[in-house]
Amino acid sequence: MSEILASIRPDEQNPALLLHVLGAMILVGGLLTGASALALARGNAGNLRLGYWSLLALALPGWILMRVGAQWIYSEQGWDALPDDVDEPAWLAIGYIVADAGGLVLLISLITGGIGVRRLKAGGGSGLLKATVILALVLLAAYVVAAWAMAGKPD
Amino acid sequence: MSLDDWILALHVLSAFAFVGGIVLFWVLIVASRSIDTPADTIRIQPIATVGGRVVMIGATGTIVFGIWLAFSYGGYDPWDGWILAAVVLWFAASGVGARTGAEYTKAFDRARELESAGRLEPDAELLALNRTSRGAALHLAGSLLLLLLLVDMIWKPGA
Repeated sequence: MSEILASIRPDEQNPALLLHVLGAMILVGGLLTGASALALARGNAGNLRLGYWSLLALALPGWILMRVGAQWIYSEQGWDALPDDVDEPAWLAIGYIVADAGGLVLLISLITGGIGVRRLKAGGGSGLLKATVILALVLLAAYVVAAWAMAGKPD
Repeated sequence: MSLDDWILALHVLSAFAFVGGIVLFWVLIVASRSIDTPADTIRIQPIATVGGRVVMIGATGTIVFGIWLAFSYGGYDPWDGWILAAVVLWFAASGVGARTGAEYTKAFDRARELESAGRLEPDAELLALNRTSRGAALHLAGSLLLLLLLVDMIWKPGA
């Protein structure tokens, strides 16, 4: 199935796909950096801040680019014009659910992490930053599943 | 899902790991520009180790699964121009990446040297090594090669 889709994709759809994939890669890179820096910080304030700012300055913009690209290619490929009685393929549904629910989790992780980083100066915030690293790792795992579904296109 | 679909999924996941690791190193390059003490240099080394392993796994998976697909996928051949271009870009990006790594390893080595000598204060040479413009230029070149590789994979010119 993916072979057929790959071979028939018109060139006009490629900029949208590039934006979608590039955004997703930046998102994954931001999550990887954020989770690594936070998980390996061992209480070091510099690494904790580095981890939080990676989520804010990379993962969030990456998520926005990925989501804009997704909507663009969704429209370019005519998925928004499917008849009501035709279901979207499973890989598309998985991608949408993970992207949107993941965006919400990312937002929550940024709020908890932001409060945690602010409390660092007063010697607190470690619990909130632990929650942030768990959320970032969950997101990373979820986006691996989404990337697998997008690429392998299970029925 | 067919075996080819699984291999394609692993190929794409490997590409995500490869680029994700490169993104991680951009963060470390920017963050380390203001670092001039051994302790602060050493504290980012574990993150760099994670990045290095992820890049290694991603780069290996990308080429191995990619070549597999080039042989097994219907409609594509390993000698197609866009596939050959991708292989050349992969080797170029990997070569540049290895040289970038060697450039930044100098800062970690210097930090360890200073730490073992008990010199924990800011060090001008360490700052210069952390700010290496050669390392940043190499990383930029590697990133641009990967971007070209991604464009080649998506557009598949001549396919």
